[in-house]
Amino acid sequence: MERYYQEEIECAPRETISAWQDERLRETVKRVYEKVPYYRDLMDKKGIKPDDIRGVEDLGKLPFLTKDDLREAYPYGMLARPLKDCVRIQSTSGTTGKRVVAFYTQHDLDVWEDCCARAIVAAGGTDEDVVHVCYGYGLFTGGPGLNGGSHKVGSLTLPMSSGNTERQVQFLCDLEATILCCTPSYAAYIGETVNEKGLRDKIKLKAGIFGAEAWSEEMRRDIEKSLGIKAHDIYGLTELCGPGVSFECSEQTGMHINEDHFIAEIINPETGEVLPEGEKGELVFTSITKDAFPLIRYRTRDICRLTRKKCSCGRTHVKMSKPMGRSDDMLIVKGVNVFPSQIETVLVSKGYPANYQIIVDRVKNTDTLDVRVEMTNEMFSDNLGSVSEREKELVDALKAMLGITASVKLVAPKSIARSEGKAVRIIDKRKLI
Amino acid sequence: MPLKQLSVFIENRPGSIAEVARLLRDNSIDMRALSLADARDYGILRIIVNDVYKSSTVFKNSGFIFKITPVVGVPLKDSAGGLADALDILGAAEINIEYLYAFTGKQESKAYVIFRFPDKDIERASRILAENGYSPITEEEL
Repeated sequence: MERYYQEEIECAPRETISAWQDERLRETVKRVYEKVPYYRDLMDKKGIKPDDIRGVEDLGKLPFLTKDDLREAYPYGMLARPLKDCVRIQSTSGTTGKRVVAFYTQHDLDVWEDCCARAIVAAGGTDEDVVHVCYGYGLFTGGPGLNGGSHKVGSLTLPMSSGNTERQVQFLCDLEATILCCTPSYAAYIGETVNEKGLRDKIKLKAGIFGAEAWSEEMRRDIEKSLGIKAHDIYGLTELCGPGVSFECSEQTGMHINEDHFIAEIINPETGEVLPEGEKGELVFTSITKDAFPLIRYRTRDICRLTRKKCSCGRTHVKMSKPMGRSDDMLIVKGVNVFPSQIETVLVSKGYPANYQIIVDRVKNTDTLDVRVEMTNEMFSDNLGSVSEREKELVDALKAMLGITASVKLVAPKSIARSEGKAVRIIDKRKLI
Repeated sequence: MPLKQLSVFIENRPGSIAEVARLLRDNSIDMRALSLADARDYGILRIIVNDVYKSSTVFKNSGFIFKITPVVGVPLKDSAGGLADALDILGAAEINIEYLYAFTGKQESKAYVIFRFPDKDIERASRILAENGYSPITEEEL
């Protein structure tokens, strides 16, 4: 039997959801126009007034927001409430130049945690479950989001955070967690460790909620098999709250978007034109219940499809497919957002040529990031130590910039593959779709 | 006068040393001595050749990354203890050695050692070696 956290909302008739969206959109646009000069300017430039927006059918008239806008307005430019009303800050994993800082009032935290609670209940969670959260805690939204959601469900919550896999496995055995929340690659790693140690019979997991990075159906099956669980996908982005913007139900055929809080559109990333249901394009979100940090028509750069086909779980909210790619060059490595431009910035600042190649792969279900740099005469020295030292300096600087470790490989000049004279900067060998 | 050693950057992948060797063969350059130093993900091929000028032109034109490094070559007696005697002299003078490698020469029963000293010590090391009967060889003598 399917269970829901907020059945009256999750299974509401289409007309009811539409009515909520119309009303909340009108209110949000009016409030943002009044309180957020940055967005008011964008609307004024398009000649749009809040009164022009009567409901979702007018959404297309509103200007888009991009990550560049959030950077431009960093840190307080998108705030719709005074800082004293805010109680929390979270931030994206990217660092210098690409950081996005999001603010939450108590109401915003409640909404976010409700969304995560829906995901946990959809995965079978109840107040009798033990939820083991090994997403990172801190500025990253993964840990705090699922942690809050688990509290709302009334589950016993283990705020493990990431790392120290030995201890994770020990706790899984000793405290008999039933639901595991982390990135899919970490789940796969935990699965391997459990099986290597012959502890498969000692764990009591029944379900997992895995997100923050792309994963294939094949990987889902691997994880389900190795841990003996049902693995559910969850989607979100810090700009909108964090995980819980959408989540998978028992059908496991896409993620229900919490439409009482977010309006989803699919657009052609080139033209900005809104595409009909079922077509592949860039996902755009408008938050309609957020107090502190409401975003209108925020372009996620994630490419996916939406479907309103009736779902066997009974939920009526629109479903999105797993993201099938990006409309920009952002990579997600170990759950962390990586822009090639960040790597380029580090190389240039350390005196390396901007001639590099990024190779992302997944070895034993764990992402690897290799940065190849062409050696130059200036960098080369007969002294092994001094070259290695520079290499280490570069690894450290990349770690400081990206938050994850990249391995650096110095290669011969002109050895980086070029296609039609243009260097191929990114090679992603992971098979994610 | 120190010898001029070519230090060539070698990428860590199959066939990369062969590329250097082939280039030398195609240009009829004779190698007198060779040593390979390896770091985790790349290597440095250190070679003494019969024609430094020609070699550097060839390497440069072929897009290789290399440096010319001054090294000191001395002949040793090719018998037990030959190297130890020379090292004792350097040790007594507190001269540090960054690396060294040995090869045998064209003359029978002669061995040679190539020393790489820190730049500031090259002159002093050469002088001390010469004073003790280990006159550094010149390019012409190779």
